[in-house]
Amino acid sequence: MFDSADMFRAFQPHRDKAIVLVTGTAGRDWREISDNETRDLTLQGAMGQTNSAALGFALSQPNEKVVLFDSEGSLQMNMGILGTIAGKKPKNFFHFLMDNECYATTGGQPVPNASEINYAGMAREAGYTATFQFDNLEEFTNNIEAIMKEEGPVFVAMKMIPKIENEPIGRRVRKPQRSRAETIKVLQAELGITAA
Amino acid sequence: MAQQQAALLKPESLVAEFKKNGVTHIVTIPDSETNYLYELMLEQDWLDVVPSSREGETFAIALGLIVGGKVPVCVIQNTGMMESGDSIRGMAIDSGFPLVMLIGYRGWTRHGVITDSAARYTETFLHAMGINYYLLETDDDASRISVAFEEARANNRPVAVLVGDEYHGFNRT
Repeated sequence: MFDSADMFRAFQPHRDKAIVLVTGTAGRDWREISDNETRDLTLQGAMGQTNSAALGFALSQPNEKVVLFDSEGSLQMNMGILGTIAGKKPKNFFHFLMDNECYATTGGQPVPNASEINYAGMAREAGYTATFQFDNLEEFTNNIEAIMKEEGPVFVAMKMIPKIENEPIGRRVRKPQRSRAETIKVLQAELGITAA
Repeated sequence: MAQQQAALLKPESLVAEFKKNGVTHIVTIPDSETNYLYELMLEQDWLDVVPSSREGETFAIALGLIVGGKVPVCVIQNTGMMESGDSIRGMAIDSGFPLVMLIGYRGWTRHGVITDSAARYTETFLHAMGINYYLLETDDDASRISVAFEEARANNRPVAVLVGDEYHGFNRT
């Protein structure tokens, strides 16, 4: 397992102009590391559905690289999306999975069959163009440049150290973050997208 | 008999309405009643069909498409709409974008007693979500799709169109 913040630092130099979406507790680390907030998009809002929304956006903008940092708890709620994504074969879609084997935000309870599921294997058999899996930072760092040159849909499963939260929700300190509506508005302006 | 045929809701009428309203993508799970509509949609070079695995996906995929400047319609059955409750809430209603959803009204009938619980709860579900809706029964109703688009765009909300008839695809020659 490796640290999500370290993973994001290793990814950042290879981001180029990719549009980045994140989910889960591990995804919060990205906000401190991203060097192009204009191209960070938030499409969270329903259980397990950020990956579907990211696919929709990738289909709408085939000339833009779209990178999703998904979580395994989210993916388990919407496993059929693997087939949906593979079926549409978006060449611009990069699906990273941050797998900490638990629901970190609710106290660290394990997800079903937490340590034995092979998510990369599932993505490969669903029909993703290329799949990878990493359980250490060094190997990830050595491969991320080549991964970002692959043709999508690409799936990258990564074992992440869980950052478990046990504080009652009302006592948790949350750093300010941009709203979904704000990220959409800024990105649409950046890409010159007007309402159809 | 001729009058009865003329009263059918033809899939061509629905596709024409999609084109008229600038629809670019159909996000769908086909059901037994939309067989011919599905095939007809695939034939349109201006329309991209996105087959999904579960109805809850369709509203999230649609949001991504809308954010990217496209005009999707979600085409699903009423059973799938009910499965999609959280997605409709978080991805369609809360996002504040216009969206038309075409819902196969399984179990609906104008005659007698509705016995299928899928039909019995359909309008109750839409009322609970605060989603306005229109009913299509025949070709004469097809223009209600345009009405739904106008309303969705005016209010930046989802609007449902309930299809209370089969597309008669299985009987086509």
